[in-house]
Amino acid sequence: MATTTLEPRAAAYRRSWVIDWLTTVDHKKIGILYITNSFLFFFAAGILALVIRSELAVPGLQFVDQNTYNQAFTMHGTIMLFLFIIPALSGFANYIVPLQLGAPDMAFPRINALSFWLLPIGGLLIFSGYLFGGAAAEGWTGYAPLTQQGGVGTDLWIIGLTLVGTASILGAVNFIATIFKMRAPGMTLFRMPIFVWTVLVTAVLILLATPVLAAGLIALFIDRNYGGSFFDPSVGGNPVLWQHIFWFFGHPEVYIVILPAMGVVSEVLPVFSRKPLFGYRAFVFATIAIGLLSFSVWAHHMFTTGAVFLPFFSFMTALIAIPTGIKMFNWLATLWRGKLMLTTPMLFALGFLSMFLIGGISGVMLASPPIDFHLQDTYFVVAHLHYVFFGGSVFGVFAATYYWFPKMFGRKLNEPLGKVHFWIHFIGFNLAFFPMHQLGLSGMPRRVSDYGADTGWTILNFASTIGAFMIAVSIIPFLINVVATFINGEPAGDDPWEGNTLEWATTSPPPPYNFDTLPPIHSERPLFFLTHGHGHAAERPSDLEESAEDDVERREGPV
Amino acid sequence: MTARTAAQPAGEHGPPAAIEHGGSGMPTALLGMLLFIASEVMFFGGLFATYFNARASVPAGTWGPPEGAHELDIALAGVLTAILLASSFTMQFGVWAIRRGDIGKMRMWTGITLVLGVLFLMGQLYDYSELGFGIADGVFGTTFYTLTGFHGAHVFGGAVGLTVILARAMRGQFSRRNHVAVEAVSMYWHFVDVVWIAVFSTIYLLR
Repeated sequence: MATTTLEPRAAAYRRSWVIDWLTTVDHKKIGILYITNSFLFFFAAGILALVIRSELAVPGLQFVDQNTYNQAFTMHGTIMLFLFIIPALSGFANYIVPLQLGAPDMAFPRINALSFWLLPIGGLLIFSGYLFGGAAAEGWTGYAPLTQQGGVGTDLWIIGLTLVGTASILGAVNFIATIFKMRAPGMTLFRMPIFVWTVLVTAVLILLATPVLAAGLIALFIDRNYGGSFFDPSVGGNPVLWQHIFWFFGHPEVYIVILPAMGVVSEVLPVFSRKPLFGYRAFVFATIAIGLLSFSVWAHHMFTTGAVFLPFFSFMTALIAIPTGIKMFNWLATLWRGKLMLTTPMLFALGFLSMFLIGGISGVMLASPPIDFHLQDTYFVVAHLHYVFFGGSVFGVFAATYYWFPKMFGRKLNEPLGKVHFWIHFIGFNLAFFPMHQLGLSGMPRRVSDYGADTGWTILNFASTIGAFMIAVSIIPFLINVVATFINGEPAGDDPWEGNTLEWATTSPPPPYNFDTLPPIHSERPLFFLTHGHGHAAERPSDLEESAEDDVERREGPV
Repeated sequence: MTARTAAQPAGEHGPPAAIEHGGSGMPTALLGMLLFIASEVMFFGGLFATYFNARASVPAGTWGPPEGAHELDIALAGVLTAILLASSFTMQFGVWAIRRGDIGKMRMWTGITLVLGVLFLMGQLYDYSELGFGIADGVFGTTFYTLTGFHGAHVFGGAVGLTVILARAMRGQFSRRNHVAVEAVSMYWHFVDVVWIAVFSTIYLLR
């Protein structure tokens, strides 16, 4: 327990950049590590998606055998969710949340580093099943008793997921402590940017849902390795218990994946509409409502087990459409009569709006038990979850990438290349996943490696495969863009988009301590009021009692 | 390691108030510990759910150790409960001592707490060796060993925490004003105690 003191000459201390990145506790570097790691796993899981779609392009087994296919869709789902979408959004949150709060770093910088480094270790453990006789092959949901048949790959999957879950929990503790303890003077809760609010609610969901998955994974590990019988009905266990535990985590997980992406979109839309977000407080309360409801809907994944009370879970699930609808209204009203600027981040945010809407509508359809009984485990569900996860969250990740890249690296990504990326991506996405609705309605089950030529599913499957390869192709202009921007990108300046929030008040990239000076914070758009003027000339101490007064003044405007 | 070092860069360049970790109210480290405990509550909630689910699925009257094995040793478990409960009090005496700035008393009470914790763990291992059934002997054995075992692992974690603050206390690192680690470890230790009360009541008293 050494007690270090900072020497005056510490700034002159030099070390190689490798050691610097491996040992960093700076939230900005850790954020970049998160995002880079996430994109590497995204490419790996994307290749697995191409394996799946190639096999399904036409009837018959052409490329892989059934066991390899099962491993491919299991790894694809697990890696995309746990090692791409969640950590990518966590990475942006890591980079942006302290900046938006006007803080010098996260509350626990070294725990922050630990949370990150558990991720690549967990991810590699999950993948290492391929070296030991095959990866996990039970689907990302790992249903018992199917998991009982898996090999070493399944154990590695359990251990890896437990590590990744631990990383998430530590990260959630860090985010909540940061948001409650590290806000700059004047940054009251109701002046926090919407992205921070969504990260806060997400962190609470992670904190309360992920440990339950950890308990379930440990029970599964005990069943598989020490002769336990949690999920073995022959000696009193219950396989449906796994589904309860998994989905008690798994449904909040859906909001863990989507809420930060909603936050990104809520940052991007106002900036490129040249308007404040419509209904800030309604949006905050809608976010909290989604978080609360998410703990009472898990059994809608289990309607067909016959073990759950259908009316309750159907009703609660349909209720979620209300706060989500409020948000959709907020976003549309923000766009309404705005001075729209169709930059690449804006295009991805608009893509989010339209694609997530489709995913939301198919979600409400599935909340109805009579429809769900017909569509359970068909490609309709695959279409639904991809419209939410890919059309929603991944579009959010790309919106965040194009929006915050200039802040992170001081250079703007090339706009024409970004637009090429967006349009191939958008068209490819719809070509890949829209036909799956029809495939599901006509009965094609998910998680099969083959289908009969007489089923009539060939054309739609072939179209879907072309779409999947279009998505892969769309990544090429993105990668070229990133490399070209690093070599010779247009310098961004501190505030290339004329943003509203504090991250644009410092240099690009920010110094290690983030801010030389902070502008006065009297609203959720401190930077807008700094550059465009507002009713407050003098900086004033701020606390909760004064915030209401401030709000009144703000509405009245300059006198 | 000290808060001063961590905040130094911002202290030189940033607005002064922004570097006070939290300003008023609960110290940030304690908030972090409370949040971590919240996640632990959910973890044990998951394990308890498996217990009650199994308890509800077996035919009436058959819940318990498998035939041929010993009944649960409720007397030994009662003694262990008393030891762990007592250790929560000794822990709190240690916290009160350091709040007065009495580091000698704090060392003594923390040491006693650590001894009681280790006694509890040894008693639990002795209990395991005497029971005559294992984790693979039916769903009662599985849930019994998982619940008590994971609680024991948390007691072990708490004992590691106690050892760390005891070692730091020996080096004189705590004072009346600076002892947030002691508060955090004591919070965790009380939590582990509360979990044991729930485990003991569920497994031994309610059956």
